[in-house]
Amino acid sequence: MELSGAEIVIRCLQEENVQYVFGYPGGAVLNIYDEIFKQDKFKHILVRHEQAAVHAADAYSRATGEVGVALVTSGPGATNAITGIATAHMDSIPMVIISGQAPTPQIGLDAFQEVDMIGISRPCVKHNFLVKDVKDIAPTIKKAFFIAATGRPGPVVVDIPKDITAHLGHFEYPETVELRSYTPILKGHSGQIKKAIKLMLEAKRPMLYTGGGVVLGDAADQLVKLAHRLGFPVTNTLMGLGGYPATDKQFVGMLGMHGTLEANMAMQHCDVLIAVGARFDDRVIGNPQHFYNKDRTIIHIDVDPSSISKRVKVDVPIVGHVQSVLSEMNELLDAENRTPDTAALKAWWTQIEEWRGRNCLSYNRNSDIIKPQYVIEKLWEVTKGDAYVTSDVGQHQMWAAQYYKFDKPRRWINSGGLGTMGVGLPYAMGVQFADPKAKVACVTGEGSIQMNIQELSTCKQFHLPIKVILLNNRYLGMVRQWQQFFYENRYSESYMDSLPDFVKLAESYGHVGMNIENPADVEGALTEAFNLTDRFVFMNFITDQSENVFPMVPNGKGLSEIILAEDL
Amino acid sequence: MKHIISILMENEAGALSRVAGLFSARAYNIESLTVAPTEDATLSRMTIVTSGSDEVIEQIIKQLNKLIDVVKVLDLNDGRFIERELMLVKVKATGSFRDEMKRMCDIFRGRIIDVADGSYTIELTGSGSKLDAFLEALDKAAILETVRTGASGIGRGDRILKL
Ligand SMILES: Cc1cc2nc3c(=O)[nH]c(=O)nc-3n(C[C@H](O)[C@H](O)[C@H](O)COP(=O)(O)OP(=O)(O)OC[C@H]3O[C@@H](n4cnc5c(N)ncnc54)[C@H](O)[C@@H]3O)c2cc1C
Ligand SMILES: Cc1ncc(C[n+]2csc(CCOP(=O)(O)OP(=O)(O)O)c2C)c(N)n1
Ligand SMILES: [Mg+2]
Repeated sequence: MELSGAEIVIRCLQEENVQYVFGYPGGAVLNIYDEIFKQDKFKHILVRHEQAAVHAADAYSRATGEVGVALVTSGPGATNAITGIATAHMDSIPMVIISGQAPTPQIGLDAFQEVDMIGISRPCVKHNFLVKDVKDIAPTIKKAFFIAATGRPGPVVVDIPKDITAHLGHFEYPETVELRSYTPILKGHSGQIKKAIKLMLEAKRPMLYTGGGVVLGDAADQLVKLAHRLGFPVTNTLMGLGGYPATDKQFVGMLGMHGTLEANMAMQHCDVLIAVGARFDDRVIGNPQHFYNKDRTIIHIDVDPSSISKRVKVDVPIVGHVQSVLSEMNELLDAENRTPDTAALKAWWTQIEEWRGRNCLSYNRNSDIIKPQYVIEKLWEVTKGDAYVTSDVGQHQMWAAQYYKFDKPRRWINSGGLGTMGVGLPYAMGVQFADPKAKVACVTGEGSIQMNIQELSTCKQFHLPIKVILLNNRYLGMVRQWQQFFYENRYSESYMDSLPDFVKLAESYGHVGMNIENPADVEGALTEAFNLTDRFVFMNFITDQSENVFPMVPNGKGLSEIILAEDL
Repeated sequence: MKHIISILMENEAGALSRVAGLFSARAYNIESLTVAPTEDATLSRMTIVTSGSDEVIEQIIKQLNKLIDVVKVLDLNDGRFIERELMLVKVKATGSFRDEMKRMCDIFRGRIIDVADGSYTIELTGSGSKLDAFLEALDKAAILETVRTGASGIGRGDRILKL
């Protein structure tokens, strides 16, 4: 029996075992939406803006490891999706985005709602496809899921012209994909792995620097095993948080621009650095010339060869999947039963403890204005460290990263690479769909939340019991902080005026709203909110306007040129 | 340093724009780029002439390999290779130029492939630097038009870029 292109699309998604499609309808995808109406194998989540559809699907993927799926119409639907796609691309999130396109005979004629989606999305996807024949739909979707999920993951766009969704064709979903031009390397080179082990065992001041790759590659267990066995200090990037338990004593905190003193100093002064699924981002290593240290040997494990020696020259590259490489390392260590240089390690830890003793994350606990750090600490306590925390972009994001101690991977959901304000609420939606019973907190700022505030409506429709933790400082705080430090307090356009009454706004959607202005009320309010297990609660914390994020490595400076709150 | 990079890629719509887009997005420089299908119609062969430090060239090769449509990449400068480029030059062939142009063409082993009252069209192949040298040798006033294909390259001996 022949099926329409639209039916084939639906069948492909079902074959991929897709549970949720986040989307928004329009002319070019009407055939597909008609087929969605007729099926009940997956659920379609109607958002209020295509950007949010892509963010929600992206977060669904971050929380579960599955490929996230979004569906948008041509033209404005497709362009609205771009920010979401670029956000996922920068953080290597596996996704498939299906976009409608003008009918094939009209492509190139400035047809109604025509936009060159392949051209527009090209720089921010792992790959994209324009489907020109109904018989290509199934093989293309199969390839799209395969490419999205394997190797270094990423978003893949499948652009389908409207007429193709109406044409009839035979449906058969391919069992396997073979792409002669795409064969990701999984197993690391054994010789290189042996070389790395030797260096690690001889190291005097070793350091494990691990990133998003450990989370994406589900290798937290292997990492913990390796670290415990060797007794090395571990730091995580912003994207790697939860990849190593934050409450473990070997964890020295996040590193980078707003990382801890101990993590940054250890990073700067180590003699053997083992980078695992981390890409030496400029927010992480600061000034590359300053970071360079001729006495430091760098081992780098990454599935993407182009991540290696891109910004920092590496001595021992190991191209492979983190899980496979770390397992092989553990096996080798077990087999050889060799131990690291314990005397040197002891001295190294003494040094690290001295840095740690500076207590770089301390802040004024006796303030009569709510300190944002305090809210996050209480959030951690009230949720027993077991919530999913999504965040927007700004100071609040850094405080959430610094003060919420993530012990499990896939619990910290944020935009690191693109730094997209507006992700927080749609991210929380995606996560809540992925784990309907879980506690989901969206830590946000009054600037960021207004970039996708329309999603309060989606949350109402689907009864999502998300807790919004708004750290309301009436400033685009991160911008204001830079203006204070580097532009002599000229606060150009960084004050947020004319804010809505967030409580009334939340209530107008049928949600619960709370204003919290007193430090003494923070814990009680959080407890009350999380006890409302089936309600969406919008918590508006009026926080200290002048609070800054510390530590801070100023742009262009080296990691050891870090500024602490106490320095100012 | 100048590098000639050979790429074997899927002969698909959009493949060329992916390569061109990569070079512009990452601010790599392209001196020339040529592309045509191979004896296997599903594959295209592209030659890119670029320049950059060793680190930049290493990244270019890695980024090219990362493109899903790219099957194989070879930096010809890693071994011995032959480079050829075709140039068509239309030159003035009036008065004293008429003999002079014929003579220069012979010296560089070019061929006159079109003759008109006032002009010759000369076809010349060789390495980029030979073509440059030819243009240098001509009287500027005599050159009416030049078209160059950009370099193609191939490894010497058994250095073969194939599936
Ligand atoms: C306001 C703001 C401030 C920031 N401040 C900081 C900061 O202080 N500190 C900080 O760390 N970041 C900070 N960031 C984030 C920063 O911009 C980068 O996004 C982040 O550092 C990159 O993390 P990563 O190196 O772990 O790489 P990711 O972007 O997570 O990349 C993952 C790497 O792992 C590889 N990989 C993926 N899967 C696998 C696998 N299965 N096996 C092996 N390898 C794999 C990939 O190829 C890639 O190289 C900030 C962002 C914002 C918006
Ligand atoms: C879409 C987008 N526009 C602009 C920026 C630049 N930017 C980074 S942080 C920030 C301020 C965020 O303000 P708010 O959400 O109130 O958070 P705060 O820093 O005050 O905690 C801005 C404007 C961005 N990251 N994303
Ligand atoms: Mg703010």
